Amino acid sequence: MSTPSKGFDWVKAAPWLYTIGLFVIWELAVRIFGLPQYILPAPSRIAQAIWQYWPAIWKNSLQTLYTTTVGFALAVVGGLALGILVGWSRFIYAGLYPLMVGFNAIPKVAVVPILVIWFGIGTIPAILTAFLIAFFPIVVNVATGLATIEPEMEDVLRALGAKKMDIMLKVGIPRSMPYFFGSLKIAITLAFVGSVIAETVAANSGLGHMMLAAQSQFNVPLVWAGLIMLAVEGIIMYAVMAWVEMRMTGWAHRSQMANA
Amino acid sequence: MGRPLVTIEDVDMRYGGPEGLLAVEGLTLEVATGEFAAVVGPSGCGKSTLMKLVTGLYIPQKGNVTVADEPVTKPVNIVGMAFQNPTMLPWRTTLDNILLPLEVVDRHRHRLRRNKAEYVEKAEKLLETVGLKGFGQKFPWQLSGGMQQRANLCRALIHEPDLLMLDEPFGALDSFTREELWCVIRDLHAAQGVTIVLVTHDLREAVFLADRIFVMSARPGRIIKNQTVPFARPRDLEILYQSDFNDIVHELRGNIADARKAA
Repeated sequence: MSTPSKGFDWVKAAPWLYTIGLFVIWELAVRIFGLPQYILPAPSRIAQAIWQYWPAIWKNSLQTLYTTTVGFALAVVGGLALGILVGWSRFIYAGLYPLMVGFNAIPKVAVVPILVIWFGIGTIPAILTAFLIAFFPIVVNVATGLATIEPEMEDVLRALGAKKMDIMLKVGIPRSMPYFFGSLKIAITLAFVGSVIAETVAANSGLGHMMLAAQSQFNVPLVWAGLIMLAVEGIIMYAVMAWVEMRMTGWAHRSQMANA
Repeated sequence: MGRPLVTIEDVDMRYGGPEGLLAVEGLTLEVATGEFAAVVGPSGCGKSTLMKLVTGLYIPQKGNVTVADEPVTKPVNIVGMAFQNPTMLPWRTTLDNILLPLEVVDRHRHRLRRNKAEYVEKAEKLLETVGLKGFGQKFPWQLSGGMQQRANLCRALIHEPDLLMLDEPFGALDSFTREELWCVIRDLHAAQGVTIVLVTHDLREAVFLADRIFVMSARPGRIIKNQTVPFARPRDLEILYQSDFNDIVHELRGNIADARKAA
């Protein structure tokens, strides 16, 4: 990709080098300044906590991953459907858009108590919070893709007798796919935010709940272990989405490269 | 002059309600079957409105538009269109882009799947005519601007339209590519007997290609001059440098300058 050089590919190694560098500096800083572990535990101490509490961490990580992915999947289905609907008709767009913006502006943590009243404490509020928070970027992106069809293209097809349905199927929906898959990367990370918020406020399991419990017992290394696990899950899911995006809409990236 | 294919009679077209912008007023013109007509005029004179009136994308408030003896009340699918922006779909190969109109036009869409080979062969032949032989499997973004515009012409012609409407199709190209494409269009017109209406800003392009040139006034647009071009076909690019060619261009330029001043 970079130079066709002999030897080491620094660019490819950069993500690892920077991550290792961050942890090394962190470790050194904690040791040099002698920070107590209830302020900032060293990475080595966090790793030890992960090792020590692994069964609990593993179980709660799976729970968080589960609520996040189910909420995310609902957001994909719902977001795609509503995005197509909103992009389809100017009337629906004009009517729904302000409502969606208003809804999106509500902090989702404020919605969790309502969900708890409806569904009780546990998995369902976490799934729904993940869904609610991940849903908006998907709708907006799909609708944008549909709304930006070139007018000339529409004229060419309409003059040939194309119905709205033809234009959507042949041009609009394929055209919005890069926007859609791009939005998945944002949506999956937001889904994690949503499920952890709900777990922190109202749940008996999940990383959010575990971290809150650890905090009340002043087990700071375990709180940090939960954070690290969240980051790891987030990175993995993001990478999966980026890979899916590349596989499904490679043409969009290639065409950008061709223009460059 | 043969039977008229396109007739526009005393047409008014106003956008956005009764108090809206009057784009054309009292527009009257006639294009014969097989003729190559060009429409020139100052910018904003309603040339694109003319395109949309003829293709049935707009229905005028007053007057009649007739294409192939039928009054235009809905989109006319015996028309092919090409614009300055080639609008190729980047997720389709050039060949599939060219076949797109067939997936839409009623009389083709139902037999496309079973007769795919026949249609592909037709598309390949068109590609060869415009000098893109062997490029069908390339994606549009792998082609240069001029090549995309050639493919765009193929797409406009694939359903064998009786009328080809071109809206400044060569406006964004460099002058050498433009001259090449003039020749491509000239040869397509000669070979296929299709009627062509070319909307353009380029007077030399209009005089080189067209049998008849309509000069439009500034908004609200109407025809202020109907100029026949006497040069015999086939025309060679050399005529661009003859004095009688330049006399016509010069005169048209004067007409448009007057129209601008009158505005």
